[in-house]
Amino acid sequence: MRTVFYMICSAIVITLAYWAYKENYNTQTALREVNELQQKIAIQKEAIAVLNAEWAYLNRPERLRELVDMNFEDLQLIPLMPSHFGDSEMVGYPTEQQLEIVSPVSATIADVNLSGAGQ
Amino acid sequence: MIRTPLRPLARVIDARGKGQNPDAIEATERGKRNQVLHQKNRKRAESRLTLLGLAFFLGFAAIGGKMAVLAVSEPVEPKLAVSDTGIHSQRADIVDRNGSILATNLVTTSLYAQPHMMIEPIKAAQELAKIFPDVNQEKLLKEFTGTRKFVWVRKKVSPEQKQLVHDIGEPGLLFGPREMRLYPNGKLAAHILGGAGFGKEDVRAAELIGVAGVEKYFDERMRDPAQVDTPLQLSIDLTAQATTRRVLSGGMKIMNAKGAAAVLMDVHTGEIVSMVSLPDFDPNDRPSQLLKGDPSDSPLFNRAAQGVYELGSTFKLFAAAVSLEKGLVNENTMINTRGPIKWGKFKIRDFHNYGASLSVMDIIVKSSNIGTARLAQAAGTQAQKDFLKQLGFFEPTPLELSEARRVKPLLPANWSDLSTMTISYGHGIAATPLHLASAYATLANGGYQVKPTLLKSNSSSQHGDQVLSDETSKTLMRMLRAVVTRGTASFGEVKGYHVGGKTGSADKPKPNGGYYEDKVIATFAATFPTHDPKYVLILTLDEPSIRAAGENRRTAGWTAVPVAAELITRVAPILNMRPEVAGSGKVEYMQAKH
Repeated sequence: MRTVFYMICSAIVITLAYWAYKENYNTQTALREVNELQQKIAIQKEAIAVLNAEWAYLNRPERLRELVDMNFEDLQLIPLMPSHFGDSEMVGYPTEQQLEIVSPVSATIADVNLSGAGQ
Repeated sequence: MIRTPLRPLARVIDARGKGQNPDAIEATERGKRNQVLHQKNRKRAESRLTLLGLAFFLGFAAIGGKMAVLAVSEPVEPKLAVSDTGIHSQRADIVDRNGSILATNLVTTSLYAQPHMMIEPIKAAQELAKIFPDVNQEKLLKEFTGTRKFVWVRKKVSPEQKQLVHDIGEPGLLFGPREMRLYPNGKLAAHILGGAGFGKEDVRAAELIGVAGVEKYFDERMRDPAQVDTPLQLSIDLTAQATTRRVLSGGMKIMNAKGAAAVLMDVHTGEIVSMVSLPDFDPNDRPSQLLKGDPSDSPLFNRAAQGVYELGSTFKLFAAAVSLEKGLVNENTMINTRGPIKWGKFKIRDFHNYGASLSVMDIIVKSSNIGTARLAQAAGTQAQKDFLKQLGFFEPTPLELSEARRVKPLLPANWSDLSTMTISYGHGIAATPLHLASAYATLANGGYQVKPTLLKSNSSSQHGDQVLSDETSKTLMRMLRAVVTRGTASFGEVKGYHVGGKTGSADKPKPNGGYYEDKVIATFAATFPTHDPKYVLILTLDEPSIRAAGENRRTAGWTAVPVAAELITRVAPILNMRPEVAGSGKVEYMQAKH
């Protein structure tokens, strides 16, 4: 009886030891993964910072002014002046838009309609 | 070992002879044997128990020891990619009031050499001189062939240059990563941002330290690891700053001025919306300080915050303010302007003869020195001193620039009655354009003190103590408006913005005493719109001169005022200010008076 008890106990001890070691190695693996991920995050953050700096550089007022001047024919942008302020009354109502006929079927239907209306 | 038998023959025979039971002898002998065994077993068990106890004790001691060690040691985060050299180059970004980046960090490489590892030092020096034209080839050659084991070649190297250096193929030329400070907008806001340089340098990293401007003033906050991720938000508007710089630089060229400064400030919060000082520099490539000569000739000199000038007639408004506030006069009171005023051997004159008397309004509109001298005499020296102190002329401004904190206005050592009179029209006291902006903001916002600041403020007004009544403030604004509509600043009219302002053309003092006859500091101190002031603009030109209407003109009305008018026309729409034109929609009803 005692022997059985001893054997069961040693079996339990072995199982627990195995579990403890497994947890240990799992933790080490997890730490290594975290390390790797943090390195990746740092690299990405650096890339974001570089992109932000480049965007700010490309959007600097000097360059935008030069671009506006170079593309004056297309954009026709001039500096903002007090005369550019307007009232909402100056904006007109939208005009009614006639839809285009874009396919033969709608063309024939339109034809039918017209001829139908004519009768 | 002698083993006694269980039934020793001698004793058994003895016992049998005496008639005793020999089994008793067996029993005693067995007992003795058992006792010995017992003791032996006991000893063995004791030693086993001791061993076990020791093992448990060691086990618990190990656990306890590990707990103690864990409790005493510092908690450590899982390690990051940057190797821990103890140098932190992380620095917070600086952004403008709308979030556009003004300053940020950029990862770059530094180049160093280890001459004892070099194969062909002479070739390396020659190739490096080809790649970096500004590097001194002889100096490099001397260092590479010398006995030093470590030589910095370049602190900042671009990726293309790095590739070219790599292609030289020299094992003694090595690269190290570091971060540098980048100002993407070039020369814009140069004096405000200042610049950053390297402090402690290692091959693996380098420390960035602010050298001037906002970078230096907030250096610790920028390097604080807890606040590194929040950018520092300034009150500067990048678009307004760009426009101000462009207009000011154009104006400076047209007026042939030696230098120029402009400060645009919100009257209610004290926020500086734009501050430009010309000539300026590129903070990415900060020039070195001048070692000799006039420090104000260097582009590093901030004429708006550091330049102390006699600001001339712009001070006349303060004399009028004191008299109005004390109730001695109102805007229509006539003041004797017969001149010149004689004080000992000094004479105080006007630019033209304005007649026997002028109203207080006209004294400001026509800019009469004699008028303000008489106003100041009547109000008294103490009143003038107290008022100028309340407006901040006795202390450096609390602006967040380390250069500005050291600049105290120049006050007369002996504030005599003569000083009172000359100070009333702006001579005898010297201050910076920033001081003037802050003072005019106080006059414009209803009489409340404001502190000039470069940080974005989250509330719409930062009023301090009230030093003038609301009514006086309104009267002063009416006077400023009259200067533009019918006075010395007629070129300052911008349709729709009701600009009001005071001109000042102060002769520049000679370094050895006396004044130049043909050099002035032209200032225009403007507020707009005058019926409900929002902004104050101070524009200063150093030694302007323009040929107009047949003459060489130097006064502010011909130089600073037109530039200021152009500036307001360009900047006010950017600041979302609608021009108020009659018939533009808002209808006001006025009660008819009988």
